[in-house]
Amino acid sequence: MQFGILVNEGPYTHQASDSAYLFARTAIEKGHTVPRVFFYHDGVNNSTRLATPPQDDRNVAARWSKLAADHGVDLVVCVAAAQRRGINDDVLAPGFRISGLGQLVEMGIQYDRLVTFGD
Amino acid sequence: MSDMDEMDDGSGVVKKFMFLNRKAPHGTVYALEGLEVVLITAAFDQDVSMVFTDDGVFQLMKGIDSKGIEVKDFSKTYRALEGYDIEKLYVDQASMDARGLTEDDLIVDVTVLSVDEMANLMAEQDVVISF
Repeated sequence: MQFGILVNEGPYTHQASDSAYLFARTAIEKGHTVPRVFFYHDGVNNSTRLATPPQDDRNVAARWSKLAADHGVDLVVCVAAAQRRGINDDVLAPGFRISGLGQLVEMGIQYDRLVTFGD
Repeated sequence: MSDMDEMDDGSGVVKKFMFLNRKAPHGTVYALEGLEVVLITAAFDQDVSMVFTDDGVFQLMKGIDSKGIEVKDFSKTYRALEGYDIEKLYVDQASMDARGLTEDDLIVDVTVLSVDEMANLMAEQDVVISF
């Protein structure tokens, strides 16, 4: 099955991004595909490479980047939401790209399921 | 929405999208940013329904004035939805009752649904996005 994933909360304060990552990784392990993850609202804050969490904690942005590198997951950050929050191409972690909301709607149209992670 | 004409995923597929609005119009950004997704989805010629439930019913309330909190008032956008062919607006009866609201308190025409009716409507959808 093809899953599209929508992440609506930023890292660390909310569990949404962690849950979305674990869902995506597990779905792929079980033979499904996750062609794209879309980051909206404060979810755009998952995409910055400038975050430096403590060594003994998970690195939310880095593990999204690894998922993209290992499995070709397209990590899309909403441009309008990003601009409000100071996220631009200069700060993006590897594997993320900035694009429009149409990329979210496309997931709903093209994939079998769209799963939202938020509050 | 100047780039609306370019929006087409090329598949010609029309799915039923429901947008579930659960939050008050101000206090968080969900209602404002959620509305952006609704408009884009309509631009993709999809079958769009909007549901207002819990504090989301306050989004449609008459007389909203956000000047005092120095935040943009976007409530007039709901009145413009018809122009985007978004005409399926539903509100949850129990949420209205709990907040002392009736249809007369709302800025647009809506269909009021019971919990059971709402559940049935939700079951018919291809995609449900909750803000």
